[in-house]
Amino acid sequence: MHGFANPKRFLTIARWLTPLLLVSGLAIIAATSWYGLFHAPAERLQGESVRILFIHVPTAWLGMGGWSAIAIASLVELVWRHPLAGLAARASAVPGAIFTALCLVTGSLWGRPAWGTWWEWDGRLTSMLVLLFLYLGYISLSQAVSREGGSSRIPAIFGLVGVVNIPIIHYSVLWWNSIHQPPSISMGKSAMSGEFLWPLLLATVGFSLLFGGIVLARMRALLADIQAEARLRRKALGAADA
Amino acid sequence: MKAKHQRLVLIVIALVALIGASLLAIYALRNQASYFYVPKQMAESPPEVGQAVRLGGMVQEGSLETLADGVTVSFIVGDGEATVPVRFSGILPDLFVEGSGVVAEGRLEADGTFMADNLLAKHDENYVPRELQDMTEHQAEQVVAETTTGGKAE
Repeated sequence: MHGFANPKRFLTIARWLTPLLLVSGLAIIAATSWYGLFHAPAERLQGESVRILFIHVPTAWLGMGGWSAIAIASLVELVWRHPLAGLAARASAVPGAIFTALCLVTGSLWGRPAWGTWWEWDGRLTSMLVLLFLYLGYISLSQAVSREGGSSRIPAIFGLVGVVNIPIIHYSVLWWNSIHQPPSISMGKSAMSGEFLWPLLLATVGFSLLFGGIVLARMRALLADIQAEARLRRKALGAADA
Repeated sequence: MKAKHQRLVLIVIALVALIGASLLAIYALRNQASYFYVPKQMAESPPEVGQAVRLGGMVQEGSLETLADGVTVSFIVGDGEATVPVRFSGILPDLFVEGSGVVAEGRLEADGTFMADNLLAKHDENYVPRELQDMTEHQAEQVVAETTTGGKAE
């Protein structure tokens, strides 16, 4: 793993991997969305509104996965002082927040026809909204630290503490009576017909590739920022010496 | 002990303490954070008469009736252990059918009837294509058993 710690080596890999992930991710998402809109069968009770499943569920998983990534990267940064881990955590926050917001919006659109309500202060819905606020807090905190100066350990600690919300989101429908149904898919089990299950898993692969591509692109941008700043600082010092 | 091991141990202890604290908080919240009462809870510790609460459960087969005024429906919500009679005047949600889940917002009357102001449909975790609905129940069950793996996720 420490081989990737070298930013130079990371950049040579990221340079070709970024477009590959972005393009393949978008292609798979386009294909599964096409299937979802035009070829998936209507659901027995929910009818046509089930088609939003292929966006709602992958964005929900990746919204939660994004914070898990922040927590793991923060742990690596705090313990091993891995130079790229902090950047990876910062780079995961924006796509994570966007995917969480997409999950909330699609869930609200789905809730109106399926449950008869746009929003309810239910355990699952509320804990997902808290996740969005955690992302926004993390983004402001890490930006403040990088702009105003300060220890990058502060957002890392925030990232670790916030991970407590992830199991709460997952178990909210099991611990508390909830309007949201319990998970359809768990380890080795599925209560979903194949017509819904396999395209959903494929869509999740597509969204994951897109997520990875965005993270790499943002890490490259953050590294370029750091390099540009270092160069400016050297120039300023050189001018002061002369 | 090397510095990074010290940091690792410190963080693990902090995380364990944090998770322990959240579990205690969640345990304390277990009733308050529930979105609705199930009929069993309503029978054991009923909310005050007139207090706004939600009731969730399954609409019992054969219990749905339209009353003489034409706009009020009555049905029985059960959870397999207890039942609560419910009345509601208004438009029923699309997914509201007998044998399916429902969340009713309203209040418990003195006679034990639940007067609902609003009904929300609750669907289960099973996703099955509509074509299966037209088959006989037995055929559909077979197809569902073949196309889903591991049975119901419960």
